[in-house]
Amino acid sequence: MKRLVMAAALLASAAPLAAEIHTIAPGEGSAERLQEALILAAPGDEVVLEAGRFVLTDGLSLDVDGVTVRGAGPALSILDFTAQAGAGEGLLVTSDNVTLRDFAVENPKGDGIKSKGADNIVYHRIRVTWTGGPKAENGAYGIYPVESTGVLVSHSEVSGASDAGIYVGQSSKITVRNSIATDNVAGIEIENSRDAIVTQNYVTRNTGGILVFDLPGLPVMGGGNVLITNNLVAGNNTPNFAPPGNIVAGVPRGTGIMVMANEQVWIEDNVVFDNPTAPFMVVSYTQAFDDARYNPFPREVVIANNVVDAGADDPDFPGGAALLAAFGGMLPPILWDGLQQDSQTPALLTIPGNPGWSLNLSRQGQSLAEAQPGPLDVPAYGQPWAMDGIGAPAELEARLK
Amino acid sequence: MRRGLGLLAVASATLGAALSHAGVKQAVAVNDAAILEEGFPRTLSEYGFFADGARQLPGARVTPYALNTPLWSDGAEKLRFIYLPEGTRLEADGDGLLQFPVGAAIIKTFAFGEGADRRLIETRVLLHRTDGWTALPYRWNAEQTEATLALAGGRIDLVTPAGEAISYAIPNKNQCKACHSKDGVVIPIGPKARNLSAEWLGQMAQRGALDTVPQGADLMPEWNDHATGPAEPLARAYLDVNCAHCHQPGGGASNSGLDLRWEQDSAHAIGIMKRPVAAGRGAGGHEFSILPGAPDQSILLYRMDSAEPGIAMPEIGKSSVDREGSAVVRRWIMEMQQ
Repeated sequence: MKRLVMAAALLASAAPLAAEIHTIAPGEGSAERLQEALILAAPGDEVVLEAGRFVLTDGLSLDVDGVTVRGAGPALSILDFTAQAGAGEGLLVTSDNVTLRDFAVENPKGDGIKSKGADNIVYHRIRVTWTGGPKAENGAYGIYPVESTGVLVSHSEVSGASDAGIYVGQSSKITVRNSIATDNVAGIEIENSRDAIVTQNYVTRNTGGILVFDLPGLPVMGGGNVLITNNLVAGNNTPNFAPPGNIVAGVPRGTGIMVMANEQVWIEDNVVFDNPTAPFMVVSYTQAFDDARYNPFPREVVIANNVVDAGADDPDFPGGAALLAAFGGMLPPILWDGLQQDSQTPALLTIPGNPGWSLNLSRQGQSLAEAQPGPLDVPAYGQPWAMDGIGAPAELEARLK
Repeated sequence: MRRGLGLLAVASATLGAALSHAGVKQAVAVNDAAILEEGFPRTLSEYGFFADGARQLPGARVTPYALNTPLWSDGAEKLRFIYLPEGTRLEADGDGLLQFPVGAAIIKTFAFGEGADRRLIETRVLLHRTDGWTALPYRWNAEQTEATLALAGGRIDLVTPAGEAISYAIPNKNQCKACHSKDGVVIPIGPKARNLSAEWLGQMAQRGALDTVPQGADLMPEWNDHATGPAEPLARAYLDVNCAHCHQPGGGASNSGLDLRWEQDSAHAIGIMKRPVAAGRGAGGHEFSILPGAPDQSILLYRMDSAEPGIAMPEIGKSSVDREGSAVVRRWIMEMQQ
C-alpha cells in the first residue's frame, strides 16, 4: 500500500520525494550491506557509498527505478572487484531513471557497469579502471549501457577495457561528453544506436579512438544520427589487445575516428592527431552476413572541419609500408574503403580538397589485398541536417544541476 | 516407474508415515498470508511449506515434481515443490509454462551430499502475489533447523558431487530475477509442460490440480539418458533449460542476439555461424558461437567449459563446469555437417 501511495505521489508531482538515504561504509560485511541497500531502496532513495575501498567477490545489481548511487568521488569510493568470483559484470542496473555518480569500479572480471533496458540513466563522475593497464584478460566494456533510451555519460573515465571503454549499444538518445577514455581497445564506441552525441571527450592511448559501428544479427539495428564533435582524439596507437573473435579485434592500431556502416554521422571540430593508421576511417561492414534487415554501407558520413595533422605515417595493415612509400611517406587523413550503397547514396562527404585516400574496393566483403588505392574523390557536404532531439533528454542533464 | 511418479509416491508415503506416526503433529497448513502479503518473511518456516523442513517433507497441498531435463547448479541435488492454495489449480498453456494461480508458490531446495551426509544449502521460493511473482533466497543454517532470508545472497565453501571444492554462490534477490525474468517481469522458468513427465501431469489432472494435460507435454528428453541418447534433442533441451531464460528475446542477454529456446529453429539465432557481439574475452579467440563439426572452435562450448567469471556461461549460478552437459553439447556440435 505504501508503495502505491508513493507511486501516486510520483505521478501527481514532479517534486522530489522525501528520499531516504542509505549510507554504506566500507569494511566488514560491506558487500552484503551494499547489495541489501540496492535491493531494499525505494524509488527516489539514495544509496551513498562512503569514501574507502569496498572489497567485492560478487557482482552487484540494482533493479529499483529512480535510485541514485552516489560515492564520495571517483578517487575516493572504490568498488574493488579484484577478487571477483562470480557474475558477468561489476554492477548491473536493470531499472529506469537511475543515477550513478562519484564512484569507481576497479578490476571487474567481466564488464564494469552494465545497464540493460535501463532508460534514462546517468553516469556522472564514474571511473572504471583495470589497474594493470591494457591486457586481453581485462573485461570487455567499462561503461556499458545497452538496449536503453536516454543515456548520459559525463565526466567519467575508463581505462583498460579489452573491448570498448565507454560502449553504448542498441540504444537511442545518447550523450557521451566530457569524459576520458584511455588504454582501451576502443575508447568510445556507439554501436547499433541512434540519436547520439559524442562531444568534448579526451580519447587517447587506445587502439582506436571513437568508433561508430552498425552490426548485423542484433535485435536493434539501423544505427545513425550521430554527432561527433569537439573531441580530442590523440595518440591512439596501442597495439590491439582485444581477444580474437570480437569485432574490435579487427580495428587497426592507430585509428582515430572510425565509422562502419550507419547512416548520417557528422564529424566536426574535433582535434585529431597522432593516429598513425588513419585519423578518419569510413568503411562498410567487412564480413559476410545473412540478415535482410541490415545495410552494411555507410550513408552520408560527413567529415567537416576538424583540426587534424598531416595524416598517417605508420599504418597497421598488410602492405602498409609499400602504401606509405607510394604516398610519399604519409597517408592523407581520411581513409575510405570506396564502397557505397549506390551512386545516389554517398557513403562519405567532406570539404572539397580535404585530403584523403580510397581503397577503391568494389564489393562488400572484398579482401583488402584487392584494394586499388587512389586519391579520395567524394562529394562536398551541404547544410547540416536537423539535429534537434538527438542526445540525452534534457531531464538527464537537469539531474546534474 | 518414471521419476515424477516415484517422487509423488515417495512423498505421499513419507508424509503419510509421518502423519500416522504417534506424536507427530498434523500436516502444517501453508501460511497463505506469507505468500500473498507485501514484504519478505525472514525465515522459510514462516511459510509452512514443509511438515519437516530438514527432511524436506512437504506440507499440505505442497506437491513435489521433477523436470525431464533440469537446470544444472554445480551438481546440487534439487528438491522441487509446488504449492497450490485451496480451491485453485494449475492451467496448461500448450507445451509452455504452466499457469499458476495467485497465491501459489514454487519451492526449490538445493542440497549436497548423499544419505546421512546430505546438507541443505539453500531454498529458493517464487511467490505468486497479486502484483506478480516475487523471488526470494533462503539459506539453511549449519544445524539444518531453519533457513533464513538471504536477500544479498552469500557464498559457502563445499565439495561438489564431481569432487571439486568450490565457493558455491547463493544468488541475491536481484540475481534471482536475472534468470527469472522476461521483459523485466519475474516469471517461473522450470515447470513447462514439455519438460514435465506425462505421468506427473496426468496425476495432477486426475487430482484436479491441473485443468488438462496439454499437447506437447513431456517432449523434452530425460536427462538421465544424456550419455547415450540422441545428441540434438538432449543438447537443445539442455540449452533451453540452462541458457534460454537469458538468451531469448526479452531475456537478460537479448542484446547478444543469441536465442537458445527449444522452439527456436533459425540456425543463426541458436548460434550456428553467429559472430559474437559483446563476448569480450569470452570469445576465447573463436569467431562463431557454434562452428559446425568443430566444438573446440565454438564460443558456446568454450564458455560452458569455463568456470572463470567474465568467460563462464551461465554467468551466475555456476562455480564449476558441468562435464555431462558439456559432453552432450560437444557431441551435438561434432555431429553437425560442416
